[in-house]
Amino acid sequence: MKKILLILLLNIFLINKSFALIEVDITRGNLDPLPIAISPLHVDIKSNEYEGIKIKELGENISKIIEDNFRATGLFNPLKKDAFVQKPDIAHLKPRFEDWRLIKAQALVTGKLLVKDQKLKVEFRLWDLAAAKEMDAVAFTTTPSNWRRVAHIISDKIYERLTGEEGYFDTRIIYVAESGPKNQRVKKLAIMDQDGENTKYLTLGNELVLTPRFNPTNQMVTYMSYFRNMPRVYLLDIETGTQDVVGNFPGMTFAPRFSPDGKKIVMSFAKDGNSDIYTMDLDTRVVERITDHSSIDTSPSFSPDGKFIAFNSDRSGLQQIYVMRSDGSGVKRITFGKGIYGTPVWSPRGDLIAFTKMRKGRFYIGVMRVDGSGERLLTENYYQEAPSWSPNGRVLVFYRETKAGTKGEGFSAKLWSIDITGYNERRLKTETDASDPSWSSLLSK
Amino acid sequence: MIRSLIYSISFHSVIALLTILSLPFMLRDPIDLPPIVSVELIQITDKTSIPYAPKARKIIEETKKKEEERLVSEQAPPAAKAKEKPDRIPLPNEKKEEKQIIKKKQNPEEVKPEIRQASEFEKKEIIDTNQIAALIDKAKEEEAVEQKKTKKITQSSQKNSFASGLTLSQEDALRAQIFGCWSVPLGLPYDENLLVRIKLKLKKDGTIIKSEILDHQRMNKPGQKFYKVLAESALRAVRLCQPLKVPPTGYDKWKDLQLNFNPTEMLQG
Repeated sequence: MKKILLILLLNIFLINKSFALIEVDITRGNLDPLPIAISPLHVDIKSNEYEGIKIKELGENISKIIEDNFRATGLFNPLKKDAFVQKPDIAHLKPRFEDWRLIKAQALVTGKLLVKDQKLKVEFRLWDLAAAKEMDAVAFTTTPSNWRRVAHIISDKIYERLTGEEGYFDTRIIYVAESGPKNQRVKKLAIMDQDGENTKYLTLGNELVLTPRFNPTNQMVTYMSYFRNMPRVYLLDIETGTQDVVGNFPGMTFAPRFSPDGKKIVMSFAKDGNSDIYTMDLDTRVVERITDHSSIDTSPSFSPDGKFIAFNSDRSGLQQIYVMRSDGSGVKRITFGKGIYGTPVWSPRGDLIAFTKMRKGRFYIGVMRVDGSGERLLTENYYQEAPSWSPNGRVLVFYRETKAGTKGEGFSAKLWSIDITGYNERRLKTETDASDPSWSSLLSK
Repeated sequence: MIRSLIYSISFHSVIALLTILSLPFMLRDPIDLPPIVSVELIQITDKTSIPYAPKARKIIEETKKKEEERLVSEQAPPAAKAKEKPDRIPLPNEKKEEKQIIKKKQNPEEVKPEIRQASEFEKKEIIDTNQIAALIDKAKEEEAVEQKKTKKITQSSQKNSFASGLTLSQEDALRAQIFGCWSVPLGLPYDENLLVRIKLKLKKDGTIIKSEILDHQRMNKPGQKFYKVLAESALRAVRLCQPLKVPPTGYDKWKDLQLNFNPTEMLQG
């Protein structure tokens, strides 16, 4: 009996002793951009020539795109290449971690490529320099002319591995390209890569176009244009170039958007000064009326699960944002702040709604939770509107116009992007003036 | 007539006098601004880890020895001590109580007067540290919350020292150092448990011999991708910070160290 007691006691004593561990809580860190070294991809000497592409510079060029992508996020700090300490081919096999740490890099990207038999084979590795180990390695094969997309896909993979969140580099933006004087603007539909490259024009500019939006598979675009001098919602297939008027409405239709499953279009239809929200099934062409109110209801946007629609309405006097179920029931006002609210857009993550706010002659782009709480205004300017989400719900793209003189001089419209934290406001590169951007989802999905 | 005039004058003058005397008080702003308290930030390492006076150390060591002897030989249950609140430095009278509890269970002759002496000495010294600790607690409420969590003083460390292995400023120094090294990944969800616990084995100079993520299995669970990214970022922070800013003394206390990384507060703020 005594022995057992003794053992028990010893046990308690030892357990207690083993708990004698000092714990320190770390509740804060820094949000400084992560220093990352992106080594040029090594070009295999066995590579063949390929028409129209300078193979020897391809390694440099791909790493340059990755670098630009990362710099634009504001979350990474790509280090200068002249400080790099190892040749690309050797680094790709096994980097000397301590040397790379010396230049204060925390992560390293290496890779190599080979062009053979009309195919481009790329392989890359992401290294954790502090832990001295490989974090990710991917290889893929494609046609050489796709090399820009390869760079974007690599960027997405690295971004996802380092932030825990999907990337948004292998995406496109559709927008309205504008040219000419202010009172005689020519507006064309244009599409470009997210970094401003590969711009293509989808319409000729004979008719005014407005508010283009992608469908979930990025193959179709819905937008507003004029048909017999009446604004109407159109549908455009990007691959084939065919255009269609949506529905046979006896009046003007505008502000279209796809449902998250891509099967419906939700839009406004106006008649006799009253506008309401309608949906149309693209297969059956069945039109359904969603709101029925004497006020102006417009700018509908589905939640990503398709269960709710956010829209704006002036039913309470000034224009405010409302949320309802997708069948039109349970309408609830969510904005109560001073000023006018418009263009609600549901985030792809489902947690936030982006909007434009006008107050005292100034325009704001902001986000709030889906119940209207936690409003945060991200940016303020003379005129800006039409926010659109990046596919991961982290960045907003919108357009901003400058104030024109009496004869329309000094007027410009440009695309801008901003992080939902309110940091990292940047102008997007476009060939012409631009407005009404819409961000596609990831192309490689 | 004259009399009533005198009355009138005297009454009026009294009222006038009262008015003159009292009105300025009424005019004065009734709001009393609280006095401005100037706060001086000082290094408190010396005060939170007061070295024992040589004489006192001898006495304490003697009593400690005796306590240990007793514990082993007479099987005094240490459970009584475990009840103590782990979040603060034990007050001297609490110590006394403990000892009394132990006393009851043991031979009364065993209790030597030195014990009392020691505790009296402790009293003098500790009161000072406690007050300082309390002040710091008030000044840094946040810190206090953290302290509550972190300072799980176990029985053995209580016996050896008054506080845990690290003093407040030592802990702060370490924390501040790691704050600087930790790049928090941004894609973290707001509504998940984001605690990453890393256990370290350290060398005397603060470099790391071994590091281990305690909830390792969670990293590879489906839907917990963010956790892997978060855990890796924490591990990277520790490695980048090497050598850690550890105190020059007391290696035995901090050679094993656990860091609890939790960015929840930061993301919400």
